[in-house]
Amino acid sequence: MTSHVLDRVRDRAFAERIPLAVHFDLTYRCNERCVHCYLDHEDHGEMTTAEVKDVLDQLASSGTLFLTFSGGELLLRKDFFELLAYARQLQFDVKIKTNAILIKEADAVRIRDLGVRQVQISVYSHRPDVHDAITKVRGSLARTIAAIRFLSACGLKVTIANVLMRQNASDYHGVRALAKDLGAEYTLDPTITPKMNGDTSILALRMPEAQVLHLFKDAAVVGEGFCSLPTEADAETLDSAPCSAGHIACYITPYGDVYPCVQFPLPSGNLRQQRFDDVWHHSPQLNEVRSIRTRDLTTCPSCTYVSTCTRCPGLAYMEGNMRGPSSADCEKSMLRARAASPEGASE
Amino acid sequence: MSVFVVRGEKLAARKVGGEMVILSAEDSSLFVLNEVGTIIWEAADGRTSIQAIADAVCVEYDVDPVSALTDVTEFVQALAAAGIVSTSEQAAR
Repeated sequence: MTSHVLDRVRDRAFAERIPLAVHFDLTYRCNERCVHCYLDHEDHGEMTTAEVKDVLDQLASSGTLFLTFSGGELLLRKDFFELLAYARQLQFDVKIKTNAILIKEADAVRIRDLGVRQVQISVYSHRPDVHDAITKVRGSLARTIAAIRFLSACGLKVTIANVLMRQNASDYHGVRALAKDLGAEYTLDPTITPKMNGDTSILALRMPEAQVLHLFKDAAVVGEGFCSLPTEADAETLDSAPCSAGHIACYITPYGDVYPCVQFPLPSGNLRQQRFDDVWHHSPQLNEVRSIRTRDLTTCPSCTYVSTCTRCPGLAYMEGNMRGPSSADCEKSMLRARAASPEGASE
Repeated sequence: MSVFVVRGEKLAARKVGGEMVILSAEDSSLFVLNEVGTIIWEAADGRTSIQAIADAVCVEYDVDPVSALTDVTEFVQALAAAGIVSTSEQAAR
């Protein structure tokens, strides 16, 4: 994708408040029980096929182009392919996130033929014992790898998402090599978030600081330029919106709740009671999120790292204040600067 | 002989702020069409001919029919080269 063209489209969407990108979880039910998962896996009354289709119709007419279908494990929905076909008929750009263990060869062909652009699959380790211990499903790595081979063989773009935590902190080289072997792209993320219900017990799984620093110093993995020394914040930085949540993006739960982002569980409306456009344009919660600029944050504008920080407003919200700092991002900002400093390089 | 225009497969499309944005699932290439390109894309149902699209452009932009047909034909060829549309001498059913 040509980045400057995409930037132009995003700028236009931002200026005109168009919900360009929507993350839509079709179910929270799952066939894995990952130790770090932020969801509960009960079905509290998912939207029906007709309700989901109605929401998709509304999103299409509101201007959504980028649609991520995720879960839970979305292939547990019996109407998954019907919904996928409907979304493609409405000309969405569809990305699906799955653990892939239910995907057989015929499913891969079907996904390809429906015009899905990208399939993102979670892999925690190249070692079956480590991966399966995280998913709590014996044999899950083997099944996931088999599915990736099916998907790659029929020409689909597959991205392996490698969430890192204490259990698999040293396995990213192995997963990266596995991705290369499978013809998949690789992305990693050391972020463990609190559960949607506010339970923070899983934060104990976060990688220790020394391991994150070690990871950040590995430019071959995190990319050149990921770590840099902070510079003085300019007016453009301070006048910018903290992120795209609520501006050009939002999240929809299987029950029709609308949040600014999957990581920002601020209830902003419900699509069983309201039209999407009403929520998007008139929700007081979304309008509050939209009103915030970096200079409005409580402590961040005067922070040394404000120019390089990737502060997540959703994580800040879960810590108690959407205008406050997100301590996990504070830590990462400091570690990126340390990794880029001469002293840090020798640590 | 009439030539009919049909949208390419495996493409995503949405009008964003008045511009038609097209994204290919096969290679992630991204296109932003101008107004004439958007008219062609929206008319590319396999049953609308290039001549009919040119007629619509004439009405919309008050240009002479010969210039409109030339411009639309060239535009369709460019879009076809990019894989956004294809042409057929038979109308879709």
